[in-house]
Amino acid sequence: MSAKPILEKLAVLADAAKYDASCASSGTVKRDSVGTKGIGSTEGMGICHSYAPDGRCISLLKILLTNFCIYDCRFCINRASSNVERARFSPQEVVRLTLDFYKRNYIEGLFLSSGIIRSEDYTMEQLVEVARILREEHRFGGYIHLKTIAGADPGLLALAGLYADRLSTNVELPTEEGLQSFAPEKKPETIRKTMASVRVGADDAIEAAKSRLIGKAKPPRFAPAGQSTQMIVGADAARDDDILKTATNLYSGYRLRRVYYSAYSPIPDASSDLPPVRPPLMREHRLYQADWLLRFYGFERAEIMEGASGGMLDLAIDPKLAWALMRREAFPVDINRAPREMLLRVPGLGTRAVDRIVAARRLGKLRLGDLAKLTASVKKVLPFIVTPDWRPGKLTDSADLRARFAPPAEQLALAL
Amino acid sequence: MLTVPGDFAEWRSAARGLLAGGVAPDDVSWRGSAEGASLFGDEATAAPAGRLSLPRELVQIAERVICHRDAEVPARLYRLVWRALHDRQLLARTTDPEVDWLRKADKAIRRDVHKMHAFVRFRRLGEEEGRESFAAWFEPTHRILRLTAPFFQRRFYGMDWAILTPDARAIWQDETLTYGPGGTKDEVPDSDVVEDQWRTYYGAIFNPARVKIDAMRAEMPKKYWKNLPEAQDIAPLIAGAEARVERMRATAVSVANPLTGKWRTRVQDQLTFGDEIGTLADLATAVSRCTRCPLHCNATQAVAGEGPGAAKIMLVGEQPGDREDLEGKPFVGPAGQLLNEVLYEAGLERRRLFLTNAVKHFKFEPRGKRRLHQNPTTAEIDICRWWLDKERALVQPDIIVTLGASALRGVTGKSASIKSMRGAVHELEGDTKLIATIHPSFLLRLPDRERAAKEREMFVADLALARKLAA
Repeated sequence: MSAKPILEKLAVLADAAKYDASCASSGTVKRDSVGTKGIGSTEGMGICHSYAPDGRCISLLKILLTNFCIYDCRFCINRASSNVERARFSPQEVVRLTLDFYKRNYIEGLFLSSGIIRSEDYTMEQLVEVARILREEHRFGGYIHLKTIAGADPGLLALAGLYADRLSTNVELPTEEGLQSFAPEKKPETIRKTMASVRVGADDAIEAAKSRLIGKAKPPRFAPAGQSTQMIVGADAARDDDILKTATNLYSGYRLRRVYYSAYSPIPDASSDLPPVRPPLMREHRLYQADWLLRFYGFERAEIMEGASGGMLDLAIDPKLAWALMRREAFPVDINRAPREMLLRVPGLGTRAVDRIVAARRLGKLRLGDLAKLTASVKKVLPFIVTPDWRPGKLTDSADLRARFAPPAEQLALAL
Repeated sequence: MLTVPGDFAEWRSAARGLLAGGVAPDDVSWRGSAEGASLFGDEATAAPAGRLSLPRELVQIAERVICHRDAEVPARLYRLVWRALHDRQLLARTTDPEVDWLRKADKAIRRDVHKMHAFVRFRRLGEEEGRESFAAWFEPTHRILRLTAPFFQRRFYGMDWAILTPDARAIWQDETLTYGPGGTKDEVPDSDVVEDQWRTYYGAIFNPARVKIDAMRAEMPKKYWKNLPEAQDIAPLIAGAEARVERMRATAVSVANPLTGKWRTRVQDQLTFGDEIGTLADLATAVSRCTRCPLHCNATQAVAGEGPGAAKIMLVGEQPGDREDLEGKPFVGPAGQLLNEVLYEAGLERRRLFLTNAVKHFKFEPRGKRRLHQNPTTAEIDICRWWLDKERALVQPDIIVTLGASALRGVTGKSASIKSMRGAVHELEGDTKLIATIHPSFLLRLPDRERAAKEREMFVADLALARKLAA
């Protein structure tokens, strides 16, 4: 292989990695470099060191080891049949880049993925080797996120979990049919088995930590920031309902910390059967909101879909509001008396506002003016709440309530 | 005014003195000339170290908020501290205007701290005896250097560094952290060899198809840009984005990479699969691709039977549970552990048995972070019977023990109550004996201890019967 200058490789292999939405550097254990002779720390909360003009945070050095790939997933810029420029880093080069960037405080750590070269096991070995060098030879204490290669040997995954803070395996497409037609080499079962291995590894590490036999010696941790996955939205025919169904399955089975939804974005040299359109960013946004409702607001998927039509979430208004408009009999809610679970269902109230309300109302009745200090959007909650000095009256049931919130329909330009 | 603006120790000492002297907030003037003697001069430093009990959280917040550039801060903090002495609940009164101010000021400081952690950019000074040294110039909104330096110390313990701000500097050298006076930008190198790589990375990670400038500016306000090497690329990246996307759209799809076939050969080979099932290993491979019913869509994997091909006794359960589904082995979850105990009591060795299930995929209902077991329908059991029959044909056991009603249905093809069949030995076609008993998970669900003990005894007896029969 001809040796490309490092700048060229970096350009190719960062470009190839940018379609993975994950960038989190949070949720891991506290670690620092005091007395380790190395550098690096993690403090629970992640840090976004920069932002690109696409609004996405840059927290980790997100690159591929190589964008050569024997798979031919049609939505992927690195698929075998693509004519994209190829490059390959050596593990040492990635280590060097990571440390150079880290020392200048550009990044929280490394997010390393790779195209599949030779075999799943070989590829996984290479990824693990980079993490091993960073941790063992350089005492690197920063964040490491490794992509697992679905189908790699469970022994390699166990090793990856030892060095990495987070592991992730992308399900790519929400339905089995989608995967079959767009990523013929990927098998949903293989992907799920890989996630299962990661969960079992994490469970075993927790069990070992509890065991009295080991006594005071701390057993090694296994991917303390857990695992995550990504689904591409809008490349195939899957509906939002299918996507959320898959997400709930994954959350329940594999203890995922996060499911990332990535709006399919046009890629250079795209396969001809993919939509050459703008990425469905609003759809992606609504899916994230629905995902939050599932995880932090006590909603079931079926409830969220009450506010949807034809299996698709409302793009004009957020899914909690859409649900509330279908369930007006549940409103208005008395801010001073309603249980926490019901406050969470009020459109416009987030988990933090609800916590503040619950804490503040212990010390005295909350009036509308008080509420304004506890939440950002009093206007939005008005139709759905009662305070001693506010009753929504007919507003809650008014026919034009949706129109109050939905942005006005865009006027179509008339060609004259 | 404090002699050193933002100095918490000085403010605390002054506040202590005033509190001890019972000086009400309205009687204090925190404004004054910084040149003159400290407003509290001797009085403050001589403050009695009496125990003034303040909420810990308030002290922590005050330590941060004192760094705020608002000149009213020392006075406002003193007023809050004064009130807190008489009102233990003060901080919980989030609707109180002064508490509201405190929370907001604290939020502003914490955000500034967070942004400083994020946006400091070191430049390399050199290396001595293998230890590298770096320096950074940073302009925080508030006087937060002392709040942030410990973070950099924990993170960059293994190198020397200095952070210069207009108000003060922090220096980490020879494993010692010291503070000094403010500096200027030109004390720090104006470039770094790695910055080209960083800017290349910044440009390449940007996706021109999803430009969201407001989202970027909300999190990375313009006031920080002047000290971020990558920020000089923002304008050209935005300017070129539309054209790049347009080019992607306009360019006709090229022919497939000529090497595609060569690269993919190995994958193609792997995909071929024959249908002949001659061994248990073949069967395990085949069942892993089963799509005869929709259960495969959600389960992790099919769980085939496990055990010696020449086993005399075959144990049939209902379906894999959560743990079995994850590990791909039968009876490894809680019910499996109970089964192990019961087998031991019945004098059976698990490794000599063939263990399998009537249904090979886990059926469940997702509920938050858990998967709740769901009973398979008779249709699902009957569809999956095809695999169970194959396992029976390959193992040819003398005795089949069915655990629970689903297993009984899977083996016999008929629904019958376990009660009616229990305690006896039944004949199956091909000279195989059948013993019907309960599933171990039934014991796990019984709340009544006495009944559970009795049921467990009966379960052991059923298994012991199988052992005797096999002997």
